[in-house]
Amino acid sequence: MAGHGEYQPKNPILKWFERRLPVLSFMHGSFVAFPVPRNLNYWWTFGAILSFMLVVQIVTGIVLVMHYTPTSAGAFDSVEHIMRDVNYGWLLRYLHANGGSMFFLAVYIHIFRGLYYGSYKEPREILWILGVIIFVLMMATAFMGYVLPWGQMSFWAATVITNLFTAIPGAGRAITQWLWGGYSVDQPTLQRFFALHYLLPFMIVGVVVLHIWALHHVGQGNPVGIDVKSERDTMPFTPYATVKDNFALICFMILFAWFVFYIPNYLSHPDNYIPANPLQTPPHIVPEWYFLPFYAILRAIPNKLMGVLALFGSIAVLAFLPWLDTSKVRSARFRPLFKQFFWVLLVVCIGLGYLGSKPAEGGYVIVARILTAYYFLHFLVILPALGYLETPRPLPASISEPVLPKTRAAAAMSTRTPVRKG
Amino acid sequence: MATTNTAEQPTRRDFLYIATSMVGAVGAVAAAWPLINQMNPDASVLALSSTEVDLTPIVEGQILTVKWRGKPVFISHRTKKEIEEARAVKLSDLPDPQTDEARVKKDKEQWLVVIGICTHLGCVPLGHEGDYDGWFCPCHGSQYDTSGRIRKGPAPANLEIPPYEFASDTAIRIG
Repeated sequence: MAGHGEYQPKNPILKWFERRLPVLSFMHGSFVAFPVPRNLNYWWTFGAILSFMLVVQIVTGIVLVMHYTPTSAGAFDSVEHIMRDVNYGWLLRYLHANGGSMFFLAVYIHIFRGLYYGSYKEPREILWILGVIIFVLMMATAFMGYVLPWGQMSFWAATVITNLFTAIPGAGRAITQWLWGGYSVDQPTLQRFFALHYLLPFMIVGVVVLHIWALHHVGQGNPVGIDVKSERDTMPFTPYATVKDNFALICFMILFAWFVFYIPNYLSHPDNYIPANPLQTPPHIVPEWYFLPFYAILRAIPNKLMGVLALFGSIAVLAFLPWLDTSKVRSARFRPLFKQFFWVLLVVCIGLGYLGSKPAEGGYVIVARILTAYYFLHFLVILPALGYLETPRPLPASISEPVLPKTRAAAAMSTRTPVRKG
Repeated sequence: MATTNTAEQPTRRDFLYIATSMVGAVGAVAAAWPLINQMNPDASVLALSSTEVDLTPIVEGQILTVKWRGKPVFISHRTKKEIEEARAVKLSDLPDPQTDEARVKKDKEQWLVVIGICTHLGCVPLGHEGDYDGWFCPCHGSQYDTSGRIRKGPAPANLEIPPYEFASDTAIRIG
């Protein structure tokens, strides 16, 4: 889709370089001339926001490592040292800790955007699955990062999550001890989590490159969900998408800054300012907010193995979405029934998040069971059935038809450069 | 030598390709093993295997927590009532059926020694809590009785008994 090769640098040195490695024309084709659908709304800016957050996390993470000690005796103190002694250490740590939450906020919006507009449908299945892989890598990275300060919540999060693997019949205990490097979460566990927490973000970068490659190969989806049919349906990435992405990014940064500067500990738990104690579990342990829906699913099921399978299944089911949704129409705008089920699913996911933060007892467990059942019902029964039962509304003839006024469209057709006037 | 019949399958070359790639695959697995096995508990961790505990300071009704292999071990000095409660339960009422007699040493039934790790997801249960006078896990609500057996909640198994023996009448060696 990206037409590189049209771009020719004027500068003789760049020309010389371009003939040997055509990276300039590649960048030009991918981020300047790249045609994007002209009807993209602000929900399409979260890809850029996520790229920004990944860079923020890697940059702040690398500088934090310059002051952090990955030992069970020194980790907690080194984090306090960062907070109190290191120049701007408080800022870097709060950016990194809240950055994780912002990263997840953006990725959840990005995922629900994809669910609403059918971004996973043909020909974007691989693009979607790469996204699910990025999401899983993000979860692993966030979990291991949360362990590093070695507070009470860090320690018990590590204990509970690694114990999920003891549910595997037969080999469960051996696998768990292999993960721990001992008989419980301890120094070897902390040190390997640190190594992996440093590695995984770079693996995310790799998958993000594939994700963007796949995106640029098949082209972006759009709110009406029909294919780009002519040049009139698109606009060049720069300046249109660039400016829109940047504006959304600035709005997002205001939210981010609000958390970092005004309520930096709002999303964390006070118990994590108590050093890890392997002999005492805090009375009420909950994961970070972005894991709460999955935690609720785990606890909703009374059987240990089934609970763990449901937890992993609730993520894995997303990878099969392109084949579970049988409707040919992509966008929820033209799917009256699907649109309602989408909002129900969103409410169910938020409800599961709320229940995940509550103790697992009484009415909370019953509601969590109902919502867990609905979550799977949505993907495994409702979506496949809807494709057959629902009558979609008529689709517009093209992307430009509903947005370009008829006269301007006609006038634009007569000129050779209609796209840039949009 | 150019008379080799190309229609003849499999050819000598097919055999060489398969044999070479098999050897390569075995080599790759062999090379991967040290990279994987280095994560298992190392020699220094394995060395921390036994702990001796003096029982004299533990009064009746008290639960002492000691650390063994980085994990808490509960040593419960059980009262008559607690022992009777544990022995009155029908085996058919237990999710993981085991008699109380099988979980303590003969003639030392007042001493219950269990690993203080919930068999669900590894939290440390709280003593003298829950509906069965035993332990209650604050993480996901599993409840254990005065014999450390699972009675209610998501945990699949009883609290584990560590290997231990009475070094004397008033001391045990765990591990």
